[in-house]
Amino acid sequence: MSVPPADRTPPVNVAPAVRTRGLRKTFGALVAVQGLDLDIHRGEVFGLLGPNGSGKTTTIRMICGLVVPTAGSAEVAGFDVVRDTETVRRSIGYMSQRYGLYDELTVAENLRFYASVYGVVGPTRAERLRAHTVALGLEERQGQRAGTLSGGWKQRLALACATAHAPDLVFLDEPTAGVDPAARRVFWDLIYRLAASGTTILVTTHYMDEAERCQRLAFLSRGDLIALGTPGEITTQFGAESVEDVFVMLQERDEAARTSAPVP
Amino acid sequence: MRGIRAWTVWPMLWKEFIQLRRDRLTFAMMTGLPAMQLLLFGYAIQTDVRRLPTVVLDESRTSESRALVSVLEHTDNFRVVAAVADRGAARRWIERGAARVALVIPPDYQRAIRRGETGRAQLLIDAADPQSSGAAISGAQLAAAARGSQLLAARLVSPPVEIRVRPWYNPSQRSATFIVPGIVGILLTITMTLITSTAIVRERERGTLEQLIVTPIGKTSLMLGKLVPFVLVGYVQMTVVLLLGRLFFDIPLAGSLALLYGLSLVFIVASLGIGLLISTVARNQVQAMQLSFFFMLPNILLSGYLFPRSAMPEPAQWAGALLPLTWFLEILRGILLKGVGVRDLWTELGALAAFALALLALSVRRFSKTLD
Repeated sequence: MSVPPADRTPPVNVAPAVRTRGLRKTFGALVAVQGLDLDIHRGEVFGLLGPNGSGKTTTIRMICGLVVPTAGSAEVAGFDVVRDTETVRRSIGYMSQRYGLYDELTVAENLRFYASVYGVVGPTRAERLRAHTVALGLEERQGQRAGTLSGGWKQRLALACATAHAPDLVFLDEPTAGVDPAARRVFWDLIYRLAASGTTILVTTHYMDEAERCQRLAFLSRGDLIALGTPGEITTQFGAESVEDVFVMLQERDEAARTSAPVP
Repeated sequence: MRGIRAWTVWPMLWKEFIQLRRDRLTFAMMTGLPAMQLLLFGYAIQTDVRRLPTVVLDESRTSESRALVSVLEHTDNFRVVAAVADRGAARRWIERGAARVALVIPPDYQRAIRRGETGRAQLLIDAADPQSSGAAISGAQLAAAARGSQLLAARLVSPPVEIRVRPWYNPSQRSATFIVPGIVGILLTITMTLITSTAIVRERERGTLEQLIVTPIGKTSLMLGKLVPFVLVGYVQMTVVLLLGRLFFDIPLAGSLALLYGLSLVFIVASLGIGLLISTVARNQVQAMQLSFFFMLPNILLSGYLFPRSAMPEPAQWAGALLPLTWFLEILRGILLKGVGVRDLWTELGALAAFALALLALSVRRFSKTLD
């Protein structure tokens, strides 16, 4: 029986939170991600942008060890995601587009379950979960079944579940899709609070107001990295007024390419 | 092994039991399905045919002919519904379906017997359904033999040969005694495969499997957490059917209940293994269900659940040997009806254990902790 990893003190490590080199994924003839080089610094809120099918989700899934890269490498805090998958998994939190909540379980039970699979157990768990529940404003909903929550609350619970084991790095895959603006604002406050406590955050989004809130951005188009930098740097680079203009510009370019050379 | 992180099995089990308790459909399947199956199969599938409607054309009209009719009626295979005047009338009764059998006793029936010759009567049977006509034919032959011995005895002559039949294990030859133990097996096969395959595919559909995969939970823990609660479901079902079977169909328990429950575990695990295997192939719950039902058909036809395997052509028998249910039925009938001990069930136990291990190993191998 191994020691629950969450109680272990992390080794002193100066490697970047995420480093990918030539990271590539193909599904048959389709190239989802073509040779991505990316460095994400510790403690930053990093945004991954791009139209649908640009390879955002596949990139996140490769870094989480959910999908095996076809070529290239990805490291999380210096650990290779293919060779040291399980070490990597202990230090990351992942919130998927579909939230991954159990509808039949209550808010408190979902939290307890996910904390336990990460080895947060025993008397420390109760205390930690209580603090976590309060921090995410979930204490009034504790006894409610997750299936009956509204979108905004589900999203908050999913974030709580993904961070119950206090991971160093959190992946949020389109966390605010289909959620009203008020809930989105609350959610971003939570993200900033997480970042302030030293957690690295990698988030994908469709909303440009959210993109502007990231410290650095990477634009993906058809599986390729086409821009990288702070929101200000990127708008200057493309001579645009806002990140949104850049996004629209890239998307139009994408569509033009798709009509001239249809993707199989 | 790196894949086993034993402590992660407890949260899995805890979660599964909560889900099981709150999932009404599974609960209904656990209790409703056994009851329904038992009543449906126990009562509806009566392969023993009794009381076929019979018309009698008695041209002899003597005490001997009346004695023959009464002997036939006593077998309980025939129920005289009418006396008819001629062969045409008898034929019409059968054609209309109002009678299945016509007994024709010729005018010289009694005379022949009294002269010491053979009294001949004729039984016309609607044999379109071989199962019911088979029962009627053998019933009639038995009745004739019985009547023959009686007559010989009256002449102080003993019959030259006599075979006395003693039907062991099911002396009253009721089909329920044969079918109900089989229901335990078929039911466990259906629900165990179905519950397991849909439960895992459901996690995949809802996106919780993806979530579980990124956690440090071990592959084996994940599967064990899924399987153990269902073993319990299997035992509940088995108990329900056995209790109802005893109550409604007087199913005997000749052997050891503890042995039966012990050996059943191996079969339950094998069935869960099939469910697991299906879940690694099926992409959604509908597919999982279709595959599970597809697997049911050979089980019903080839395992010996309804049709005796000894009557099947050899390839069908070999195919049947590849189904865990075939072996489990031997165990069920052996323990319930014959009261055999573990000494006579090693082959069956060995086969089931081999299935269980192979299926589990295969599905754990196939179940990868990645999405592609």
